Amino acid sequence: MNFIDNPGKLRGFQRSIRVEKVSRRSVLKGLGISGGFVLAAPLMSRKAFAYETGAGKMPHGVVVDPRVFVAIAPDGVVTILAHRSEMGTGVRTSLPLIVAEEMEADWSKVRVQQAHGDEAKFGNQDTDGSRSTRHYLMPMRQIGASARVMLEQAAAKRWGVPATEVKAVNHEVVHDATSRKLGFGALAADAAKEQVPSIDSLKLKDPKNFRYLTKGQISIVDLHDITTGKARYGADVRLPGMKYAVIARPPVTGGKLVSFDSAEALKISGVEKVMEVRGWPWPSKFQPLGGVAVIARNTGAAIKGRDALKIVWDDGPNGQYESVAFRKELEDASRKPGLVVRQDGDADAALKSAEKVIVGEYYIPHLAHVSMEPPAAVADVKGDKAEIWAPVQSPGGTREDTAKTLDIPEENVTVNVTLLGGGFGRKSKCDFALEAALLSKELGAPVKVQWTREDDVHHGFLHTVSAERIEAGLDKNGKVIAWRHRSVAPSIASTFAAGTVHQAPFELGMGFVDMPFEIANVTCENPEAAAHTRIGWFRSVSNIPHAFAVQSMVGELAHATGRDQKEMLLALIGSPRIVQLSSVKDLWNYGEPYDSYPIDTARLRKVVEVVAEKGEWARQLPKGHGLGIAVHRSFVSYIATVVEVAVDEKGKLTVPRVDTAIDCGTYVNPERIQSQIEGAAIMGLSLAKYGEITFKNGKVQQNNFDDFPVVRIDEAPLVTNVHIVPPGPETPPSGVGEPGVPPFAPALINAIFAATGKRIRSLPIGKQLET
Amino acid sequence: MIKITINGQEQTWDGDPELPLLWYLRDEAGLTGTKFGCGQALCGACTVLVDKDAVRSCITSVADVAGRKITTIEGLHPTGDHPVQKAWRQVNVPQCGFCQAGQIMQAAALLMDNPKPSHDQIREAMSGNICRCGCYQRIENAVHLASTGV
Ligand code: FES
Ligand code: FES
Repeated sequence: MNFIDNPGKLRGFQRSIRVEKVSRRSVLKGLGISGGFVLAAPLMSRKAFAYETGAGKMPHGVVVDPRVFVAIAPDGVVTILAHRSEMGTGVRTSLPLIVAEEMEADWSKVRVQQAHGDEAKFGNQDTDGSRSTRHYLMPMRQIGASARVMLEQAAAKRWGVPATEVKAVNHEVVHDATSRKLGFGALAADAAKEQVPSIDSLKLKDPKNFRYLTKGQISIVDLHDITTGKARYGADVRLPGMKYAVIARPPVTGGKLVSFDSAEALKISGVEKVMEVRGWPWPSKFQPLGGVAVIARNTGAAIKGRDALKIVWDDGPNGQYESVAFRKELEDASRKPGLVVRQDGDADAALKSAEKVIVGEYYIPHLAHVSMEPPAAVADVKGDKAEIWAPVQSPGGTREDTAKTLDIPEENVTVNVTLLGGGFGRKSKCDFALEAALLSKELGAPVKVQWTREDDVHHGFLHTVSAERIEAGLDKNGKVIAWRHRSVAPSIASTFAAGTVHQAPFELGMGFVDMPFEIANVTCENPEAAAHTRIGWFRSVSNIPHAFAVQSMVGELAHATGRDQKEMLLALIGSPRIVQLSSVKDLWNYGEPYDSYPIDTARLRKVVEVVAEKGEWARQLPKGHGLGIAVHRSFVSYIATVVEVAVDEKGKLTVPRVDTAIDCGTYVNPERIQSQIEGAAIMGLSLAKYGEITFKNGKVQQNNFDDFPVVRIDEAPLVTNVHIVPPGPETPPSGVGEPGVPPFAPALINAIFAATGKRIRSLPIGKQLET
Repeated sequence: MIKITINGQEQTWDGDPELPLLWYLRDEAGLTGTKFGCGQALCGACTVLVDKDAVRSCITSVADVAGRKITTIEGLHPTGDHPVQKAWRQVNVPQCGFCQAGQIMQAAALLMDNPKPSHDQIREAMSGNICRCGCYQRIENAVHLASTGV
């Protein structure tokens, strides 16, 4: 294992992972609810987990501590802390709901409070990698169960009966024999004095008694605020005396400011100041790119002022970056041998002896996140103290990076997490908050930095760009006997370390070296590719190109051998088994232990079968329509998608129907799983139809939603059906937010082939179908 | 000095008359429910009602709406119970929620204009509003529900 085998740790590139003593005082500060009590903590014990996850290995690990997460006020209101960021997945509701379920709290008497960034106190807070439910289902249940036991003990003492005779039911503790009851509020003070149960002694609720979990009937806690305009996102924070800033950043990544002329800008009504912003040298990690800031009394004036700036830039080493030439470089590299990252059997020999070799060359361009809320943050720096309000996926990392950037102690930094207007990985990087901090420090006033959509498109942390080449060898019976896949793409690690030319284990492990097919001879190679812009995580990350290539090739093989796509897919998956990837060094399994989360082809087959059945695979279709299928395991979940496409004579495509089956193990809120998968279909369709960021002279050529379009409602699938595969009794929870994306594009492309006979190998589809 | 009425309250502005209404609402009037998504009339996040029309406040200047009545998401209904808002909650439309104020204002304008839109009409009328989270199926269903009685 190396230090970048885990994106959670990659964030910690700059942070040494400290073992901190959590002082009692800082723990008790927890919720700060006066008049209430804060429950005491059981110690975390590994044994207590029914299954093992990688949660403990994340920076700062897991905190199983009800004193930190739960408070009960005398009026019975239970406050539960959400320590993960809400960006649309529903996590701010789901995690507290788990606690409420186990403690028998009545959800209507529960308030959710957002935790600020403090990983020593709350454990890891990175909301990424589709990890929150996966890592926190069990800890949250234990926290809730501890609280319940303490309330029960307090009631039993009050009544002078054995604790075994009482039980917590819906916000009360009851003694059936004497029909006595006490509410949680009335018991709060006594419960606080109770012995904290050890985790090993906790009896978790029998899932058949769940009132909330798995039911999907609880709406997200922010629903009313969202529909009334009260919900507060990063840009909605307003402080007295706050200044508004926009920044002109170097148009080429790694470029530098040479000079600027602010005379015209300063004439704009409302503009107050123009100043330089410090930038960091390439590769700049999550640090600001630098540039020139316009400070104004409102954002509109700041934007207008920025338009009037005259700036000279030095483009630096990436000024030659050009997408057409780079594509050729990647494709050339994919045609030559590269670093071998998996080798089972002898694919070279098997390809030579094969009856027939099918070659597929695929291209997947850079993508921008364009979360609906462009980055924005507010900072208030006073002396050696800083307070930040920002829509960040990584409040703990933001805190550390702010402290380092301002050179102040970390405990002097408070990071308040607002709602995120979408994240998709972009807001795992806190550069925009650091910009606000730098400006506030210099101005001595609170500052809001607002990115425009153009800023977001020009200066993002893009999804990588890949050339994928697969050669599959068939014997005379049409059986696939050889598979050689080369994946060439700049790595996210290049944003942290100069000279990076290979994909990191966490990228290789996303659908490339973990390819699950039962083929005797498999080679995976990763030829070199250098980065010329900032590369970052984009929802489902390298699974996008890898799944696109692998699942498109399945469609190509089905065609070459005259087989039904689904039958081909099942034949390649092969027998139900646990896949052993012994030839892969540093196999990255989404940070999870392979024992709890192996690649299980029975589950892979099952989602294919479920989606085929529910999605009415092989149904009769009108002329011009076609069905495509794809399956992919990512974030340790299993997902299969069937897409029906219609292509008219002019080549215009519509999507009448999408069916997706997901096996994400034990789950919490099926209603939010459904919404994530519905959304993933839209994001998949967007990237397949339109998604492409290109560079010329080192600059991004797209600007806004006109030249980087995303799917709108009039082109959305008419129907998206989500089929959740019921988990086995002991199946641990797995990811939901990201895994819906990867199978969509190849299923669509396979459907287009079925409808038209045209095989799309290069994304986006763009005008390729036009006649 | 420009006079405008926002959510029933008269307000005045003596700054840059060209200032986009969006920034007046958000930064000067403190009504942050109206969102910035693109600044170019491409996404609909900034949609407000000007009299009865849905308007993109990011490309509408304060001067353009002098003397007009502006309704933002905050003023759509006193308790947040406009049929569109109720339908939105019943269908659990939002994911991140950032586009939803604009979506709701657009839908409210649509229903004033056409109380019983067909699904095609809904898709057409709502096509200027982007939802990057992809809540479209639910948006369509919620507008339909609002039009048939919540
Ligand atoms: S912000 Fe006005 S339409 Fe996008
Ligand atoms: S709900 Fe996130 S953009 Fe629409």
